[in-house]
Amino acid sequence: MSVFPQPRTSSIGPILDVDREASCLEIEGLSLAYGDKPALRGLALRVPRHRVTAFIGPSGCGKSTLLRALNRLHDLNEEVRHEGRILLEGQDIHAPEVAVAELRRRVGMVFQVPNPFPMSIYDNVAFGLRLLGGMRRRQMDDVVEWALTSAALWHEVKDRLRASAWSLSGGQQQRLVIARTLAVRPEVLLLDEPASALDPISTLKIEELIRNLKSQLTLVLVTHNMQQAARVSDYTAFLQEGELVEYGPTDDLFTNPRLRRTENYITGRMA
Amino acid sequence: MMPRVLPRRRWGEGPWPWLAAGSVALSLLALGALLLLLAGRGLGHFWPAPVALVELENGHRLAGEAVKEEPPGEEASGTRGRERLYRTANRDLDAGSWTWVALEAIADVSHPSELVVLERRRWGDFIGRLVAVERDGRALGEGASAWPVLQARLDALQALRDEQARLRRESILPLAARLAAGPDAEASRELALANARRRALQAEADRDRLVLESVDGRRLEQPLAEVVRAWRPNAMSPLEKLAAWGQGVWRFLSEGPRAANTAGGVWPAIFGTVLMVLLMSVLVTPFGVLAAVYLNEVAHQGRLTRLVRIAVRNLAGVPSIVYGVFGLGVFVHGIGGSLDGWFFEEALPSPTFGTGGLLWASLTLALLTLPVVIVATEEGLARIPDHQREGALALGATRLEMLARVVLPMAAPAMLTGVILAVARAAGEVAPLMLVGVAKLAPQVPVDGDFPFLHLDRKFMHLGYHIFDTAFHGGDVQAALPLVYATALLLVLVILVLNLTAIFLRHHLKVRHGALPRV
Repeated sequence: MSVFPQPRTSSIGPILDVDREASCLEIEGLSLAYGDKPALRGLALRVPRHRVTAFIGPSGCGKSTLLRALNRLHDLNEEVRHEGRILLEGQDIHAPEVAVAELRRRVGMVFQVPNPFPMSIYDNVAFGLRLLGGMRRRQMDDVVEWALTSAALWHEVKDRLRASAWSLSGGQQQRLVIARTLAVRPEVLLLDEPASALDPISTLKIEELIRNLKSQLTLVLVTHNMQQAARVSDYTAFLQEGELVEYGPTDDLFTNPRLRRTENYITGRMA
Repeated sequence: MMPRVLPRRRWGEGPWPWLAAGSVALSLLALGALLLLLAGRGLGHFWPAPVALVELENGHRLAGEAVKEEPPGEEASGTRGRERLYRTANRDLDAGSWTWVALEAIADVSHPSELVVLERRRWGDFIGRLVAVERDGRALGEGASAWPVLQARLDALQALRDEQARLRRESILPLAARLAAGPDAEASRELALANARRRALQAEADRDRLVLESVDGRRLEQPLAEVVRAWRPNAMSPLEKLAAWGQGVWRFLSEGPRAANTAGGVWPAIFGTVLMVLLMSVLVTPFGVLAAVYLNEVAHQGRLTRLVRIAVRNLAGVPSIVYGVFGLGVFVHGIGGSLDGWFFEEALPSPTFGTGGLLWASLTLALLTLPVVIVATEEGLARIPDHQREGALALGATRLEMLARVVLPMAAPAMLTGVILAVARAAGEVAPLMLVGVAKLAPQVPVDGDFPFLHLDRKFMHLGYHIFDTAFHGGDVQAALPLVYATALLLVLVILVLNLTAIFLRHHLKVRHGALPRV
């Protein structure tokens, strides 16, 4: 018997059917609870490769919890229990042969608050590379330049790579964090409300960056901002009370939601 | 109902900011007064005080430095019943070096410039007149010409002493070490030569004698070799006095104690204090940091962890003498006794580690300051935002890598704060040290040129204990009192220097790793 309450399937709307071949992440019947408080109830969805998928929903709906489950950040919290499977490129991420550090390298994450380490800009980007080791100085210089260029930050910082990362502005810091993550060549990039602490110009830059990055990797975006989801994502999943309510191409979901619950939320009529 | 008239507020801020500022001012004043007292009483001791020649109504004469008057009071209250204390020195002539004189009995006070003060290795100081300087019984200078001759002879004597010290350091000690290693005919021949040379130097120093006279006319013959220095305070210009003061302070800092700690310097005590504190820091930092890391980063944050945390915090309040008793029982008798049984059996029954020493004292103080380091480090760790840890983990760092590369560097300033607090506490602790290794007199510092260079089993001197010992256990407490103040000032300064070093280090780390936002 499962300790998790089963999903109230009656309220579940249309779920996007992504071909197994085209999906990067597969979530199968994922339930998760903090102690005895359930946070996710029987989620099932597939995240398509080289696309931007957005998770939207009201506060506390579990979208950040879901995101953190994708690179096993919940491992830190002993209270968290889960059920169901998450497959990355067909492999269960909780399988015993999976090294969690390697999983997190493959599934990078950018947080709400820009969190560069208190070291130089260069050292921030090189941080993950140094963990991997075995890289020559010249090679590392090249990768740092490539990562900063990919994050559209190179031209702003190329003359002060030795300066403290904390001397950058908030938007620059967030792009630095993205560059730092890109440097270890992840396959998936998880973005947890990456622009919510930034000004509008910086937000636009981050959004443009997200659109450009999907040629390199798969992106999963959690956001409160529905315009942002509409602007940058290809697919959108709407979550409520730990359940997946509706999941479809972004244009369909925003212009023609199938369920009343979805419509109420995206038009702002939710209590 | 809407109120029609609201009462008007009559009072502004009131006097509370002044109250708060007043408390700060009072605290600063108290601290300043403390330091001023220590500095005034301690440093004033090295200033050459004027020597008064006192003629009494009954015809007696004495010479000395005026120290204080009893009962203290205004001049206006007159001289009735008041007495003045003079430091008359000359313990070999008078069997005492202090004299109380009733002010009413004084006929005349003058400050003749020919009065000399001699600092001697035996019998304390001499105050009186210099009659003649003799060499092999023939006078080199007499009367007025004796003083310049004395100066020249003292310089020559210093050269002889330096030569003796050099001989001992460069020839005798290495040769003795070679002989101790095994029979060596050449070395013993050279040693005999060096000893003969040293005896010749000593004989040369012993040729000079001084003829002295106290102000009441008693004569005294004084071997010059026992005179440390000589001065004529009444004839000195302020600049000369300043030079003499500086010399006195320097000798206090750089020489070992003499005359049962009531004279001479405190160098071994400074060295012992600093070495013990450094050793303590080296011992306490890794343990404290690891314990804090476990409590804050590894342990499950449950009831047990909270209990341990409270216990650690309370350990900081345990009286230090309790730690001393623990150190004596566990380190000295327990571990030290076992070590002696295993490794130093040939030296038994005289203990090597089974008695108080530098290592046990440092360990005891490390234990004493462990809670301070743990608490400070934990606070530093708790202040690091979780998103820094998650950022490192999300890049594929293991927990160890996250700790070593992100968390601990960021917490380094907090750790140093803990070490600063620990140093401040440990450097001033005396009570536990008396049980586990401090010595009244240990002229040999615990570091020297002999293997293994740092002698952890040796007893050592400590400024705090030196103060206690000088103030209460000396033969002549009155003479030692200025040294007590000077030593106390020095202890404060040593702690200040140790702390400033750590503060500069912390500032450097903050600049390098970025300051944490204050929470």
